[in-house]
Amino acid sequence: MFAAAACVVLAFLVLPVAAIFLRVAPDDLVGRLGDPVVRDALLVTLKTSAVAQVLILGLGTPAAYLLASRRFRGRSIVLTLVELPIVLPPAVAGIGLLAAFGRTGLLHTSVPFTQTAVVLAICLVAGPLYARQAVAAFESVDATLVEAARTLGARPGRVFLRIALPLAASGLGAGAALAFARGVGEFGATIMFAGSLQGLTQTLPLAVYAQFDRDFSLALALGGLLVAVSGAVLLAVKLLAPWTRFASTSPFLSAPSASS
Amino acid sequence: MDTLRVDLSIPLRAFRLELALEVGAETVALVGPSGAGKTSVLRAVAGLLRPARGLVALGDETWFDGLVEVPPERRRVGFVFQEYALFPHLTVRQNVAFAGAERADKLLGRLGLTALARARPGQLSGGERQRVALARALAREPGILLLDEPLGALDPHTRAHVRAELREQLHRLALPTLLVTHDYADAAALADRVGVLVDGRIVQLGTPAELLAAPASPFVAEFTGVNLLVGEGRPAAGGLTEVVLSDGTRLRSTDRLDGSVGLVVYPWDVAIAREAPDDSAQNHVRARISAVVPLGNRARVTLGPLTAEVTAASLERLRLRPGESVVASFKATAARLTPLG
Repeated sequence: MFAAAACVVLAFLVLPVAAIFLRVAPDDLVGRLGDPVVRDALLVTLKTSAVAQVLILGLGTPAAYLLASRRFRGRSIVLTLVELPIVLPPAVAGIGLLAAFGRTGLLHTSVPFTQTAVVLAICLVAGPLYARQAVAAFESVDATLVEAARTLGARPGRVFLRIALPLAASGLGAGAALAFARGVGEFGATIMFAGSLQGLTQTLPLAVYAQFDRDFSLALALGGLLVAVSGAVLLAVKLLAPWTRFASTSPFLSAPSASS
Repeated sequence: MDTLRVDLSIPLRAFRLELALEVGAETVALVGPSGAGKTSVLRAVAGLLRPARGLVALGDETWFDGLVEVPPERRRVGFVFQEYALFPHLTVRQNVAFAGAERADKLLGRLGLTALARARPGQLSGGERQRVALARALAREPGILLLDEPLGALDPHTRAHVRAELREQLHRLALPTLLVTHDYADAAALADRVGVLVDGRIVQLGTPAELLAAPASPFVAEFTGVNLLVGEGRPAAGGLTEVVLSDGTRLRSTDRLDGSVGLVVYPWDVAIAREAPDDSAQNHVRARISAVVPLGNRARVTLGPLTAEVTAASLERLRLRPGESVVASFKATAARLTPLG
């Protein structure tokens, strides 16, 4: 009975992915990658995801370290606010971004419907995933090691670079991979805040949506490409676990709600 | 050589740690049960814990006095943590070089670690880790060494060996050293002076010999492992002192002291027999054995208020078991008297 349930679950989870590759032949799929729609969407996706990833890692890592190593009043509220966008429906994130950055929004900017808008949408939706994982990774670094480093004459900056960062590395890497995958797949907030302009704001998922009633096999090819990207990210996360043996973090999907 | 001056007041969970101490070119050990605040003292000296008030100073450098608070990285302390806190992602050499790259190789050589320079902490034995932790602490050229349970993380097998090694190293370093341990034997082996810390206060501070000979309280006696029997002293025939215990037992000592006294007798000076022997010992106490604790070739036998140390052979020969009634005896010359407040 258990085995039957497991088979049903597995079949259900694998079937949609398998269907993509069963509907288009592999060489056909590779051939459709030369299509201008696919090429443009791939370039937009890679560019915006890369910029967003730099912002997420560059700002999220020090912020997460601070949140993980300081105890202050209202800390759990701050952590909850950081995690809020994770559970927020993407459409709400999109309308919120418009309300904040739109021409008639709070900040009166001309960001909407530009590539900057795509980057901001990815940052809002994927950033918290990284931040949450990074806080957990830094919290799992033995506090005594940080104290030992300080008694050995290391200033806080050196403690961060030489001790905390390497010891949290596998957890940070897993978080970065998750955020990247979420960013590449981002759809709802992007289409509301940045639109779906080919060559400018149309990312791979948006291209799938734009093509599925025009050219279903092109949409399938785009889907196959996204499956490949997601598979690569998942593989990277799995490989990160043995990457640093001494790290004590449980990488990936451990519930890192860090308010304890 | 600078002297460490510490005067601390730290509120802990169940009590307030109040402690004043000076450590010159010597090793001072603080001993006490777990939870007595020992580690808090070291953390306050290193700057990892802020006292409510007080003073921490090394020579003419003030590290803490309520106004000044020097961060840990600018205090010249060599802190050896209880589980050694070696950086797991760095090699032995990198661990030591973290605190002072130019001194790393010399220190590795001095502590016999050169062959292990490329090993990672996870590959080392307990004794080796301890040496790496010491080398690393020394690499920052500390003015004072702080050791938290330096032998606590070792199994009993390696403990005695590492203890002798550490004793030798501390002797050669001749640095002011403050160590804390819950084991009186470690303290006595490593330290020039021992302070007994109970509930945040030093109840007695003296050389290991002084603590053994004149424990200030039954607690200190229990910690050092000597027998301390509390009673009233009064002059007796032959220039002796007779001590009457609360249960009426009368004991004799060659020391002269009146009033409220503690009678100290070392467990190894107490003999056990089935029947009271007709010998030169003036003190015979009949009691039931409450516990027998074997310690290798010896055993500690507890009967009534006394603990006796006998050889394993005697234990076997006399067939000493808990519940049996025996006679403990010791000479009046082995009974030291110490005044009790």
